[in-house]
Amino acid sequence: MARPELLSACPTARPGPATSAFDETQPQAKTHISAVAVERAYRKGEHKIPVLRGVDIAVRKGEFVSIIGQSGSGKSTLLHLLGLLDAPDVGEVALYGERIDDLPARARDQLRNRVFGFIFQFYHLLPELSVLENVLMPLMIRYSAWQYWKRRRESLDEARGLLANVGLGHRLSHKPSELSGGEMQRAAIARALVARPEILLADEPTGNLDVRTGREIMDLLTRLNGQNDLTIIMVTHDESIAQQAHRVVRLAEGRLEAWADAA
Amino acid sequence: MYKFLLCSRYLKTRYIALASIISVMLGVATMIVVNSVMAGFSTEMRGRIHGILADIVLETHSLDGAPDYAAHVRRITEAAGDDIEAVSPTVEVYGMLSFHYLGTWITRPVTLIGIDPASKAKVGTLTGHLGNYQSQTDKQGRVLQPALRPLTQHPDWELEKPYLEYRRTKQQNAPFLQDVVQEMPATAAGDQAPAAADDGDPFANERPAQPVEEVSPEPLKARLYVGASLISFPYEDRETREIKSKMMLQPGDDVKISTVTAGRPPKAIHFNATIVDTFKSGMSEYDSNLVFVNLEFLQEVRQMINPDGQRSLTSIQIKLKDFRDADKVVERLRAAFAPEVYSVRTWEQKQGPLLAAVAVESAILNVLLFLIIAVAGFGILAIFYMIVVEKTRDIGILKALGASSGGVLSIFVSYGLGLGIVGSGVGVVLGLLFVWKINTIEAWLTWATGIEVFDQRIYYFPSIPTHVQPIMVFWVACGAVGIAVLASILPARRAARLHPVQALRYE
Ligand SMILES: Nc1ncnc2c1ncn2[C@@H]1O[C@H](COP(=O)(O)OP(=O)(O)O)[C@@H](O)[C@H]1O
Ligand SMILES: [Mg+2]
Repeated sequence: MARPELLSACPTARPGPATSAFDETQPQAKTHISAVAVERAYRKGEHKIPVLRGVDIAVRKGEFVSIIGQSGSGKSTLLHLLGLLDAPDVGEVALYGERIDDLPARARDQLRNRVFGFIFQFYHLLPELSVLENVLMPLMIRYSAWQYWKRRRESLDEARGLLANVGLGHRLSHKPSELSGGEMQRAAIARALVARPEILLADEPTGNLDVRTGREIMDLLTRLNGQNDLTIIMVTHDESIAQQAHRVVRLAEGRLEAWADAA
Repeated sequence: MYKFLLCSRYLKTRYIALASIISVMLGVATMIVVNSVMAGFSTEMRGRIHGILADIVLETHSLDGAPDYAAHVRRITEAAGDDIEAVSPTVEVYGMLSFHYLGTWITRPVTLIGIDPASKAKVGTLTGHLGNYQSQTDKQGRVLQPALRPLTQHPDWELEKPYLEYRRTKQQNAPFLQDVVQEMPATAAGDQAPAAADDGDPFANERPAQPVEEVSPEPLKARLYVGASLISFPYEDRETREIKSKMMLQPGDDVKISTVTAGRPPKAIHFNATIVDTFKSGMSEYDSNLVFVNLEFLQEVRQMINPDGQRSLTSIQIKLKDFRDADKVVERLRAAFAPEVYSVRTWEQKQGPLLAAVAVESAILNVLLFLIIAVAGFGILAIFYMIVVEKTRDIGILKALGASSGGVLSIFVSYGLGLGIVGSGVGVVLGLLFVWKINTIEAWLTWATGIEVFDQRIYYFPSIPTHVQPIMVFWVACGAVGIAVLASILPARRAARLHPVQALRYE
């Protein structure tokens, strides 16, 4: 591994009992994750379609940032770059100021597993597994069979607790196909949180839900952000949803611009 | 951890993949059945050859043989006495067997073997092959007629009582028979062949004498055990369409034997001999070729007794206490007996080409059958590609959750391994069950189709012989699992290389 110190710099445990919500009176709070001059283009035969043309973003620890933009503006692409699912053509992505996008594959896999939690518009639960197994998946990926077996009790408690927390404590053995959209999204949130990530990347988490369910999901995210000092970057095209974040930025023509500040 | 969970889930939920391993399963089962039956036949065949040939055979190159059995035995004992359990002297020579059946003379080339039945029975399995020791049973295994001799009684040259009576009745009826026969136009009656002169070709005038000779009530001095196929022929029953074998002669009947004397030049000799028993080893090569004669008589007619009264012999059959010592004993005997005069070989060396042919046959069959499993492997390959495409999005999710490419690869490789283990496991069980119950299955097939699948009269086996070699089962199972794993590696690599974003966008 190229930079082992980097991984050890990423605490996997929650930093103590979080008390305060993000404190806007401390604008100099530490930058958690940042992208600098990131460019990304897709190639279609001869054509080069630039999607991101120099994006700069810095998100502080515990901040809840919304990214809005039209469909096709490159929001998902940016989120994937931040979450190391994709690599920028130009520019870099840094965690606590240290570059992470050029790490070896193995280290990036581990960062995805430990530091980032993902939520998707289409929930992306694994259809063969029960809700509980879906939630346990990040832990199963982290630990070898033997390690997992040794700490299965803790893992189960953790997953059950999270599912109870998102209101699915009674649906543990259901298959995703037996859940409603809102329930699936809540299960996906529990899955994203089970590995105790520091940063939650949400790609249109309410995009497929009705207004009320969408609001419930947003309330849940806001609560988690407050409770756990969780940094959240959420992509959406819905301005009213976006406004529930601390800060809203807008992606247009491949660049980010400040849009408005949430009240 | 997640690998095993997902892999077991995919195993349980993708029935199409289970269908693909049915071919693995059938391939494995077929290989086990075919190998077991072939090994059964081969073991049985080797057992029979071994039983007839004895462990080691010491032969003279010349058909004239070498004198003094006692001296030979002494030399053998000196060389390797500790390893030897029994020895038996024999005289081997080529000859002809002729007999008269339904108005024609039937002549067959044979190998005449002069034996001493008591000691011969000790070096091989002579007793078990003789008709007098077999009881007659019907298909259900009920005894129709008990054996004429108990297995404890050593074979000798006595004619059993029922046959003796048959011979006496036949002798009384002979005059009438003679009339009947002489009326038959096909018979070249009366072409009394003189004993062939020294005209270079001793068999030129070999056209044995009268159709029906005077039969003496007592058995002749020359006694024979005749290979059963020499005096019988197969025919199909008109009604039941079964293949049966019809005996043309039976113990108590006389036949003519022609052979040559020892010495230069060899002279043709003819003598009449009485069949005292039939011999049926199940090796058609032997059953249609061997005629055992009493050793003393053969030595006499072949003039193998020198003026001092020493009798010559052409080979000595040796039984070892432990066949595993065979190579060592052969070495010692080769040192003790001049190679210009004698050859010393184990039964395996003597039957080398036949055994090698069987081995080659079995190897080719195995290659062909293994190709069936290989075909099943391509089925797995195709189905896995399909599953990987179907699971593209899930692979993206797993990667988003931090699964490594290696992890994704191992999901599908262990999936292949799982399929292979299930397929070959069930295949092994099926195959072994089939082998175990093969005779029941054969009986059922015969009953269901009305066609006799396995005909005892053709194969000489009361039931299909099988021999399960654990090492063969192990390798077949391993090979099938290996093919399943190999077939899953390509799709698994494709899955591992999927770009997570592309996979997540996949709908
Ligand atoms: N694999 C790809 N090949 C070509 N173009 C792509 C690919 N993925 C995304 N795009 C294009 O990139 C642009 C941005 O996509 P995306 O980030 O998904 O937008 P958003 O999430 O804001 O709707 C879109 O115009 C899309 O067509
Ligand atoms: Mg999108």
